[in-house]
Amino acid sequence: MATTHSSQDSADIYEDTVVIRLIQFSVLWAVIAMTAGVYISAELLWPTMDFGQFWLSFGRLRPLHTNGIIFGFGVSALMATAFYSVQRTSHVRLFAPKLAWFCAYAWQLIILLGGLSLLAGWTSTKEYAELEWPFDIAIAVVWVLFGVVFFGTIARRKIRPIYISNWFYGALIIVIAMLHIVNNLAIPVTFGKSYSLYAGAQDAVVQWWYGHNAVGFLLTGGFLGMMYYFLPKHSGRPIWSYRLSVVAFWAFTYSYIWAGPHHLHYSAIPEWVQSLAVVMSVILLAPSWATMINGIMTVSTAWEKLRTDPALKFIVLSLAFYGLATFEGPMMSFPSVNVVSHFTDWTIGHVHSGALGWNAMITYGTFYFMAPRLVGVPLYSVRLANIHFWLALAGTMLYIVAMWGAGVSQGLLWLSVDEIGELSFSFKDIMASMQPFYALRLIAGLIFLAGTCLMAYNLSKTLVGRKAVVVKPPPVDPAYAIGKEAAV
Amino acid sequence: MSALSLHKRIEENTGLLIFGILLVSAIGGLVQILPVLNQKSLQAPSTNTQPYTAVELTGRDIYIREGCSVCHSQQVRPLIAEVERYGPYSRAGEFVYDRPFLWGSKRTGPDLHRVGGKFSDDWHRIHLIDPRAVIPESIMPGYPWLAKREAHRAGDIVAKMTALRTLGTPYTDEQIAQAEADLEGLLEIDTLIAYLQMLGTGLDEEIAR
Repeated sequence: MATTHSSQDSADIYEDTVVIRLIQFSVLWAVIAMTAGVYISAELLWPTMDFGQFWLSFGRLRPLHTNGIIFGFGVSALMATAFYSVQRTSHVRLFAPKLAWFCAYAWQLIILLGGLSLLAGWTSTKEYAELEWPFDIAIAVVWVLFGVVFFGTIARRKIRPIYISNWFYGALIIVIAMLHIVNNLAIPVTFGKSYSLYAGAQDAVVQWWYGHNAVGFLLTGGFLGMMYYFLPKHSGRPIWSYRLSVVAFWAFTYSYIWAGPHHLHYSAIPEWVQSLAVVMSVILLAPSWATMINGIMTVSTAWEKLRTDPALKFIVLSLAFYGLATFEGPMMSFPSVNVVSHFTDWTIGHVHSGALGWNAMITYGTFYFMAPRLVGVPLYSVRLANIHFWLALAGTMLYIVAMWGAGVSQGLLWLSVDEIGELSFSFKDIMASMQPFYALRLIAGLIFLAGTCLMAYNLSKTLVGRKAVVVKPPPVDPAYAIGKEAAV
Repeated sequence: MSALSLHKRIEENTGLLIFGILLVSAIGGLVQILPVLNQKSLQAPSTNTQPYTAVELTGRDIYIREGCSVCHSQQVRPLIAEVERYGPYSRAGEFVYDRPFLWGSKRTGPDLHRVGGKFSDDWHRIHLIDPRAVIPESIMPGYPWLAKREAHRAGDIVAKMTALRTLGTPYTDEQIAQAEADLEGLLEIDTLIAYLQMLGTGLDEEIAR
């Protein structure tokens, strides 16, 4: 471990080395998990690409891809940015830096061993909660410790208000803990096998309460925390409306939770649960777009920076995709749209417009912003970052368009009946007709992955072999300083 | 202005912020999820729905292990096209012994909830080992290793059935005592086929007709 400052002189400087390490891990998982994604997309074109090896089989690699992206790439990036921004918005060094280091490394170990366990066939099959019970317990423990570091830092802050980005990171930590623990309750049988506490339709409702809100509070809420710190910081403009961000935060936290059962339309769960989920999904559009508008308006007087700054370009573009995905989501929750989109590649396209367009792009922008500042040198190559930007945009667009094409045709062809009520097409003919779309998707994935590899090279050239710059908290404006009487 | 001053307090107090987030995010789950968990009708089996036998349970857990539910749903929707393509739509009572549920979210391959009895055991055996031997257009991976491994190898069937009984699956002592012997001599592929052949056969008789 690289934190070897003596406690005296390090007490009042920011703990940034752990941030650097987490960025590196995050990029590593991005490359690995995206490669797995590209590989399984090739398997849909050439099904013998698993070469008869069980661990290369689609059914095992696909959870590796999703978990690697969400928990390897995503959570490492969230931890890095949370640690970076919570110190700077609280004007104190991280609470318990050693614990922060423990969280960072324990998390990587969970991802590594968890990934291997998925290849070995240890899985609960519950989407985005596939890891079996030993990992579930380890995740819960590390997650709580992450919360201790984060909230501990906030509790010791030198500035009275808790900045909005910290609310989103806070909601990420609290709500994901709640969802993770409840959804994974199970009776263990062996190390690699357990049975869910819930069965059938009830299990489905609990799972999608989790599954939808893991997207909600991790991939949306957590990354909004990123947005609220790094967008104003990088554009040099204050948040357009702080009040709007406050209102949108509570509306988001309240309404997201209800929308999960829209993943279970036309299923055997109670109809009132499905209907309620539709209503809340539509309501969710309001806080989602309020946040997007708040972000776009924040940069509205700094557009000229977009011409020269790839990091800001990534962040602003990610907001556009955030707007697209949060509009598409409520639309897909309508039963009349869902009847076509459900079970098809449209869902895959929707997920990737969020995951590539929003999550990955805002993370890329944030990494390009943080890396040079963390080590005190300019980015190795702005030109490569610009190329990366266009590759990421092209890859994402092509991916979404390919999956829209595939999904809408699947959905309509499956449902198509002729004038005497006979099915118009056999399943296997529809499946076979997907090949061009799957080929386009493979190309899209390769383009996006190529961009990510460029970033990995660029960032490693920037970061490797350099020490974190020593940063001390700046003095706090007396108007916002914590007085003796203020409760913390 | 009291709402604003209340919010000012939350904004400046770590404990209140944590409590506020927990409270606001928990409401949805309490109102929407808890009633579903307490709804007895969702736990009542359809008349023909039985707990999985030792062989079927082993097959189901192989289905889980290989990630079949990544590409195959088990949820026939109440739509004309789906009922024609797959069979009667899925009822809650058919899933009461499913831990976890395997409805899936993607149909890269067809829905399997009513696949039981549609193909012969031999067809399944060939198809699982080499899907393109029976369906040339298929993009499903082959699972040749299933025909090489013995089903009782894991040796955990008694522990599994005991765990499920703890959760409420009505296994008898005889069924559990007999479990090891039931798996004797079977390959993994045999148990998976047994599971596939019973899928969707738990409907009430008048609906099935």
